[in-house]
Amino acid sequence: MELLMPFLVGTLFSVSLYFILHRHLFKLILGLILFGLATNLFLFVVGGITTGEVAIIPQEKETAEPPFPDPVPQALLLTAIVIGFGLQAYAIVLIRRVYQTLKSNNLDDLSKTDKT
Amino acid sequence: MNPSLLLTLPLLLPLYGAVLCLLFWQRNQAQAVIAATVQLGLSISAGLLLYEVSQTGILTTQIGKWPAPFGITLVSDLFSALILVSASIVGIAVFLFSLQGLDSKRKKYGYYPLLLFLQMGVSGVCLTGDIFNLYVWFEVLLICCFALLALGGTKAQLEGTLKYVTINIFASGILLTGVGVVYSLYGSLNIAELALIVRQPDHPNLQLLTLCSVFFLTGFGIKSAIFPLFFWLPASYHTPPIAISAFIAGLISKIGIYTLIRLFTLVFIPKANFMLPMLLLLSALTMVIGVIGAAAQKDFRKILSFHIISQIGYMLMGLAIYTPLALAGSIYFIIHNILVKTNLFLVSGVVAQQHHTFSLKKLGGIYLKQPFLALLFLLSALALAGIPPLSGFWGKFMLAMGGFKAGNYGIVATSLCVSLVTLFSMTKIWNEVFWKAKPLKVSKPSGAIPAKSRYPKFLYMPVIFLMVFILLISLYAQPFINLAQQAANQLLYTNSYIEAVLKR
Repeated sequence: MELLMPFLVGTLFSVSLYFILHRHLFKLILGLILFGLATNLFLFVVGGITTGEVAIIPQEKETAEPPFPDPVPQALLLTAIVIGFGLQAYAIVLIRRVYQTLKSNNLDDLSKTDKT
Repeated sequence: MNPSLLLTLPLLLPLYGAVLCLLFWQRNQAQAVIAATVQLGLSISAGLLLYEVSQTGILTTQIGKWPAPFGITLVSDLFSALILVSASIVGIAVFLFSLQGLDSKRKKYGYYPLLLFLQMGVSGVCLTGDIFNLYVWFEVLLICCFALLALGGTKAQLEGTLKYVTINIFASGILLTGVGVVYSLYGSLNIAELALIVRQPDHPNLQLLTLCSVFFLTGFGIKSAIFPLFFWLPASYHTPPIAISAFIAGLISKIGIYTLIRLFTLVFIPKANFMLPMLLLLSALTMVIGVIGAAAQKDFRKILSFHIISQIGYMLMGLAIYTPLALAGSIYFIIHNILVKTNLFLVSGVVAQQHHTFSLKKLGGIYLKQPFLALLFLLSALALAGIPPLSGFWGKFMLAMGGFKAGNYGIVATSLCVSLVTLFSMTKIWNEVFWKAKPLKVSKPSGAIPAKSRYPKFLYMPVIFLMVFILLISLYAQPFINLAQQAANQLLYTNSYIEAVLKR
């Protein structure tokens, strides 16, 4: 499982970057969502995977018994998921407005603000 | 005053103000009154914080009384207090401008609460003592920028915002990845504790510190528009109305540089590896490319946008030289640039309100009609180019002297040449907008022009207000240079920061 995870993260990152660089607007949405997923999964894996244990201290004890998973990356992950959700929701609405206003789903048409 | 109150007020005031504004949804005047009170309170609290920090040293507080490496730490040294004060001054100026310079439709759809949330994000980034919190505050700041840039929903704005959003979500992802790597390698997120850990000579993961720093350099590099990651900036900063773009352009990219300086002095020690030469190269290229890009532009705001990039190079230069003098130069330069750049954007807004265009071709003859406005522009433009005795000169002087003392002659020569080209760009605006005769053809107004107002003279207020501060740090520079030098010393001699946070 731990051997598989880095490859999964890498694949997610590369696929999302491919989608972000694609010129179709809908693929930009997919790319941004997948990129968020990739960073979240990376955060989860990099904190270390412990199977079958929880970071909860038993009632009769003072400290948790090792091996237990580090709760901090999980807390970070939870925050990051919420923030990522907000950003992605905003991005989807924005992309829809861009499509409605500019009447194009081709990112190559969106070069007017770059011109001198 | 109680330090925990001083440290939390810059966060709480804009938060409560924004929530109150949301309660008065669509009632512009009530929102304006609330926002005015908050801006005033924010600048007073930031001023008090600066005074307290300069008197007693670094202030810290632990939210919820959890001791330092475990809880959420708020910490303010001189550098962050200085940035907070200049941010609050710019906040007042932009607020004053928005009273007459922004159409009521945009105000109805939440301009004031968004601006206040954005200011809360800026305070959060400046005050936090925790690397993950830094990421969270940056997201707070970014989502407000996204909404502000798109506010009004014109074609150009949506296009610019899409570019800004895409690249910034990407940059945030890289930052988050970096935070994960730092935690997994060093087991802490508190900046002060990290600073202690990476200074242990026998830590097993010390070799990987440069790897971590690359994540942060890329992430914050995108957010502060360092070469070669700057292309989103000139594509998006000129699209929204001036009351929005002046604040974002004047402040937000400098906040990226602020975090870079903070992290690269405390946590990532760039000495003894390839980081310093690379930062030097990046800063030189940022300066040169930005200023060359500006030379090709024919729009008031676009020229100013490209100059933001070029000036980011100067701020990076102080970090790349890495001596107390050069860092002090950087700090002084950041403060100078926040004020001057915002002021130039506001001047372009005043011009556009009366002449309905930003295009250099269509403008002209303003020196004849409004000589006072021309004077205000000239002073800001010369300050930007670094003509003595105006503020840009002192910043560049300290940077150049730091460079000479450290033996980095190449970067000093580059920076001086770039100053010359900056002067060329500013004279171009001066010639086209203020000096030449007004072209006969009447232009029709387009998208992001400020709304017509009943009191056009009122728009001079924020410009004069900022000008007072620019002249203050220019002509009465010594105390500010002293403050910048003290701030640089606090940054480079990290013991005081670590002791203040961890109470050791």
